[in-house]
Amino acid sequence: MAVLGLYNYWAVIVLMMAGLYILIARYNLIKKMIGLGVFQTSIFYLYISMGKVQGGSAPILDDAVPLYSNPLVHVLILTAIVVGVATTAVGLALIVRIYEEYGTIEEDEIKAIESREHDA
Amino acid sequence: MIADQLPALQIVIPMLAAPLCVLIRRSFVCWCIAVLANVLVLATSWAIFKQVQSEGVIRYALGGWAAPTGIEYYIDSMNAIMLLLVSFISCVVVVYAHETVRKSVQTGKHYLFYAAWMLCLTGLLGISITGDAFNVFVFLEISSLSMYMLIAFGSDRRALSASFRYLIMGSIGASFILIGIGFLYAATGALNMVDIASRIPDAQSQRAVLVAFSFLTIGLMIKSAVFPLHGWLANAYQHAPIAVTAFLAGTATKVSLYVLLRFFFSIFGTNYSFGGMLLNVVLLPAAVAGFVLMSLVAIFQSDLRRMLAYSSVAQIGYIIAAFCLASQAGLTAGIVHIINHGIIKTALFMSVGCIIYRVGHAHSDSLDNLFKKMPFTVCAFIFSGLGLIGVPLTAGFISKFSLISASMERGWWMIGVLVLLSSLFAIVYVGRVVEIMLFRKARTDNPQPTGLREAPLLMLVPMYVLLAVSVWVGISGSATLSVASDAAAALLGGYQ
Repeated sequence: MAVLGLYNYWAVIVLMMAGLYILIARYNLIKKMIGLGVFQTSIFYLYISMGKVQGGSAPILDDAVPLYSNPLVHVLILTAIVVGVATTAVGLALIVRIYEEYGTIEEDEIKAIESREHDA
Repeated sequence: MIADQLPALQIVIPMLAAPLCVLIRRSFVCWCIAVLANVLVLATSWAIFKQVQSEGVIRYALGGWAAPTGIEYYIDSMNAIMLLLVSFISCVVVVYAHETVRKSVQTGKHYLFYAAWMLCLTGLLGISITGDAFNVFVFLEISSLSMYMLIAFGSDRRALSASFRYLIMGSIGASFILIGIGFLYAATGALNMVDIASRIPDAQSQRAVLVAFSFLTIGLMIKSAVFPLHGWLANAYQHAPIAVTAFLAGTATKVSLYVLLRFFFSIFGTNYSFGGMLLNVVLLPAAVAGFVLMSLVAIFQSDLRRMLAYSSVAQIGYIIAAFCLASQAGLTAGIVHIINHGIIKTALFMSVGCIIYRVGHAHSDSLDNLFKKMPFTVCAFIFSGLGLIGVPLTAGFISKFSLISASMERGWWMIGVLVLLSSLFAIVYVGRVVEIMLFRKARTDNPQPTGLREAPLLMLVPMYVLLAVSVWVGISGSATLSVASDAAAALLGGYQ
């Protein structure tokens, strides 16, 4: 039962592996960005899960709330979410430029074009 | 008054320069702002360096919030060197960048180039200065995101795909570091590096610490391009604008190596990293394979930038091998090589930049007898090339000599032999190019542009400043050695 009780950590592991698999296995650059997004989201879950205190409520500074969850991880992960959004934005902007220059967003086709150019 | 606030100024100055560039938008004015900010940053880091040398560790509470609540900047003799190295190289290269950027980047986008440069500098300095583990991740991402942007400024469209590949690899590396920091926080309940380090001995048996250690190792290996995780490096170095390559080669990987040092030696502690976790069993074969194989691969590259990129991976191998010795002598050798290689490789890429500026490309096949046309550039290439090989009286000799003697001291003489072997390969790949540039008769089937002449003064002067420093380091070897040995002692001694 202890293993099942940690279901949020199982979700983290499944999401993380799914994201990493998409990153490695897919040639489409947009799909790679999606994989990266899933991968980063799993880290957010990991941090948030860490801050949960059994039976704790929301962190409000009040005498009526004796036990509360750790709010620090939420603050940290807000920063990490912003970083993740920025990474996605830069990545998508690069994909737009790559599409303009190469006319494709498939990594294997881009590689083929590059090696053709290189040989010529 | 102002002397107390130096650590904050170190970060605030470049961070303010970036939006200022975006607001002003005039190419030349933006360059002036960037240079001015960089000079101020260099002065700040020099003042911090002197202060650390005379008074010892500086602990600066950002915004007046003391350590466990707020973010603390922690500067000892190790990161004082990194601050000085990063700001010096950036200062020299940003002066040099003016001509190359004017030639290869669209005029309307210059302000974005300098803004990204300033942000990247902010990130790199931030990583070096901070004493907060999560803050390291934030600054790491600031520097990486602006670095992807800088690489994508390259004139060739392959710069875009190189930048994207770096983005994917870099984000995976940074995410791994984030996971590692998360597990460290879970195990110790602290983010301040000094606090984590003091709680690690009690938490060592927890599996969370072990997992944190593994994730951090892999993440930092990707970020610092340790063989075999160097895949992103060659393309990024080759296709980025040459000023960016020079900046990246001298600072970005070096700063990641510094983080690696900080985590393995200061936070986890030498005994845990190398005694308990047998880190050297993982890292040493990778490092040795890296410097032997990558030096070999460099011989077969026809593009000078690509050749130097593989040589960079090899040099990172030397540095990691020196760390793996985990002794005072070994760490000193590693830190000296971080400094020396940062300076030498930047100078080399700058001389290649001069060649690209005039010839238009950097294929070694068509540089026949370049010495006649561009004597100063070729001289700079030869002198820094000698430093890369490690000829006596150059900076490279000092670091290689101390690495070999440190490995002998540990009884690992095989490392010394392999370092010599890889230096032989370095003689081949540098010598081959030098031979073409000095002696090979100009051929008719590989015409060089007519009216080829020396690179502009604004490029030559910064390059020779860097060369002068590397020569000074090489001749008065004891200066850097004593600084590096202080830093090594600070790392091995842990936090007070």
